[in-house]
Amino acid sequence: MSTAPVEVDIDEIIERYPGKQEYLIFLLQDVQSAFRYIPPEALELICDHTGVPLSQAYSVATFYKSFSLKPKGEHQVKVCLGTACHLKGGERLVDDLERKLKVKAGETTADLLVTLETVNCLGCCALSPVVVVDDDYLAQATSGKLNKKLKSLAAQ
Amino acid sequence: MAETNVAQSFTERRLGSAADLKLYQEELLAQKDPQQAEVIVCYGTGCLAAGAEQVEAALKEALDQAGLDTKVRPLIKTTGCRGFCSRGPLVVIQPEGLFYQKVKASDAEEIVQTTLVEGQPVERLLYQDPQSGEPIPREQDIPFYKKQHRLVLGRIGSVDPTDIRESIAAGAYQALAKVLTGMSPEDVVSEVEKSGLRGRGGAGFPTGRKWRGALKAIEKKGRPVYVVCNGDEGDPGAFMDCMIMEGDPHAVLEGMIIAAYALGSEQGYIYVRHEYPVAIKHLDLAMEQARSLGLLGDNILGSDFCFDLRINRGAGAFVCGESTALFTSIEGLAGEPRPKYVRSVEEGLWGRPTVLNNVESWANVPLIINNGADWFAGIGVPHSTGTKVFSLVGKVNNVGLVEVPMGTSLVEIIEEIGGGVPGGEPFKAVQTGGPSGGCIPYSLKDVPVDYDSLSKVGSMMGSGGMIVMDERDCVVDVARYFLRFLEEESCGKCIPCRLGLTRLREMLDDFSKGKGTEKDVEEIESLGEAIKDGSLCALGGSAPNPVLTTLQYFRDEYLAHINERRCPAGICKELISYQIDQEACTGCRTCARLCPQEAISGEKKKPHTIDQDKCIQCGICLESCNFGAVQVISPALVSQKSQEAAS
Ligand SMILES: Cc1cc2nc3c(=O)[nH]c(=O)nc-3n(C[C@H](O)[C@H](O)[C@H](O)COP(=O)(O)O)c2cc1C
Ligand code: SF4
Ligand code: FES
Ligand code: FES
Repeated sequence: MSTAPVEVDIDEIIERYPGKQEYLIFLLQDVQSAFRYIPPEALELICDHTGVPLSQAYSVATFYKSFSLKPKGEHQVKVCLGTACHLKGGERLVDDLERKLKVKAGETTADLLVTLETVNCLGCCALSPVVVVDDDYLAQATSGKLNKKLKSLAAQ
Repeated sequence: MAETNVAQSFTERRLGSAADLKLYQEELLAQKDPQQAEVIVCYGTGCLAAGAEQVEAALKEALDQAGLDTKVRPLIKTTGCRGFCSRGPLVVIQPEGLFYQKVKASDAEEIVQTTLVEGQPVERLLYQDPQSGEPIPREQDIPFYKKQHRLVLGRIGSVDPTDIRESIAAGAYQALAKVLTGMSPEDVVSEVEKSGLRGRGGAGFPTGRKWRGALKAIEKKGRPVYVVCNGDEGDPGAFMDCMIMEGDPHAVLEGMIIAAYALGSEQGYIYVRHEYPVAIKHLDLAMEQARSLGLLGDNILGSDFCFDLRINRGAGAFVCGESTALFTSIEGLAGEPRPKYVRSVEEGLWGRPTVLNNVESWANVPLIINNGADWFAGIGVPHSTGTKVFSLVGKVNNVGLVEVPMGTSLVEIIEEIGGGVPGGEPFKAVQTGGPSGGCIPYSLKDVPVDYDSLSKVGSMMGSGGMIVMDERDCVVDVARYFLRFLEEESCGKCIPCRLGLTRLREMLDDFSKGKGTEKDVEEIESLGEAIKDGSLCALGGSAPNPVLTTLQYFRDEYLAHINERRCPAGICKELISYQIDQEACTGCRTCARLCPQEAISGEKKKPHTIDQDKCIQCGICLESCNFGAVQVISPALVSQKSQEAAS
């Protein structure tokens, strides 16, 4: 799988919103979810469309954590570090994944397979600590469960 | 939830008046057979993560297989969170109200056969009273629910939030109808003032007074005026706003539409945290359906009043929950707070008069209008009226969402509703108010939970996170956790906030390694005060609270870290060692296989040992041991390596 699925048409995304500053974040969000990052060309096109100067769009894209200017991995592993998950050992899971994937939280593995992220409360504290791999929730996650899951990602 | 395109099925119907809405409600109710069995599957985030989708699919299939007559065939319905998340996936059978917990897909056939065909409960799926062990068949008799007063959460768990007809049948938009037919804008504002409702988003500002302030600002500056909902829910340990938006989006919309009428607003915004895709979807659907019925948009319920709403998704910045940062973000900019020389009601979104309220505050408005301010003010305590929803999490048996009258004591919430700490010991502390709040010790367990009492003990109501801690939770670690969170989330505009939080966190990092002196403790206190004074917004202004309250109530625990290099809770990595209890170890080798350092050795089926020189205190052995053989000890054992290094 390539990082930018070819079927997404950047022009189509841009046409979804009127060319105004208030739609800058909407556009960045749609581009982020289509490409899993904000390609530099897209940022320029968005600026042309909204009339927002590039420097300002850049500061918005870096201010908010859900935007990434670098390509993200094919799979996302998100460890919940909300308060409930923290108390039940969420930190330990981050350390463990950092060791296993050889990246720091927020980074993507060199083969672009996995991005390791942390999030705050996902609303299922009853199952803490929680790790979400793509759309799959691992309840009461442990090092052993993560081993299995990572293996299945690599095998896909 | 309902797959059919609900919105389309009633586009031909536009409710032309309040009477028309009443009629529609009656029609919807008449279509319902009260005796018809309903199988309700909780589709809240907790139950979904625990497998509710598979349970629902299995129930559907089992119903198909059972070949029941279409007349008596029960309906399957999915709803928002029922609150008792730690027992999920939950299935409730109506009209009896049978409550099945921890249901698996493989239970579906038995539920259909035994309950729906034969009319008997499935005993093993019932909740058991923890004291007597007796099964409790009906939801309302379970201690977790019995002590609650579910008003804001009233419809959640009984209506499918993706079908507006369900909410209308249950009474949604009746408050709006009442307002449009018999209340002037002034009546609405004074009703909310009289109710005593205070903001549920953190600061507890009186909602009516805020609306009054906006009316005054409009007198000066004219319209447009904006109505905004804060659904950013930044507290990292709380999810009640999420569950309200997911489970009863119409309550939020109705509250906002009523305020728009009172203020003469034509446009509103709902700002939702980006991690809440389901909340966004349900709000979107709710808006679409409300529009097509004439409850939102042009000429609402046939009147001259026009108001519409738009959703703005957050993009991952905690500080955007702060009012001025939130407005900046809606405007399309980086969400940095602005100085509040002028209040937001006068100069908010696009510099216009603006009313911003929290999700739960909005959801309270229809209740006040329907039942009257006096009724509302009669619930709770004098300066904190109504109920409050809490997300009760951490070291407590019943994890979930609870709603209680203001003024209920901490211990009632944690022990009677929450079922206490697993293992039965008393709780050590409760954290309320999230990153801006504080830790309340067990000795203050009788404190009534209301705005003023919580402030008096150094914490705050905040948005409703309630995190129970037991003896295995370290206060230094928790204070560090919140500081790290806020340090990362600070927008960096104010120097005391940006540098001060980093300095505080570094000092606590040192404490967690056993480094520091009693003088440092005093420095934390004075630095904390300086950060509070020198910060523009309440992020910095309240950031030192978790440290300061834990220092106030648990000073000895801090001192144990620095004076004895000991973490009494056994959490701070550098102050603990893991050891294997030679009596309890069965030699199963589970931990030895998982240890990333290969530090655990021993013969198969014989007790194992940990090489302290190799151990990095990752805790994986502790987590993986099925026999409780791994022990945490503090102060740390002195490893051979460090002994050699010292000599
Ligand atoms: C850093 C910071 C974060 C905040 N986050 C939220 C939030 O996530 N949700 C919320 O409703 N209020 C939040 N608030 C409070 C809002 O600024 C504001 O007081 C509130 O939305 C007003 O609504 P209410 O009066 O109905 O509570 C936050 C405040 C600060 C300073
Ligand atoms: S107090 Fe902190 S978060 Fe608030 S404006 Fe100042 S630097 Fe930004
Ligand atoms: S804290 Fe992790 S799900 Fe709530
Ligand atoms: S998600 Fe089902 S009870 Fe909370």
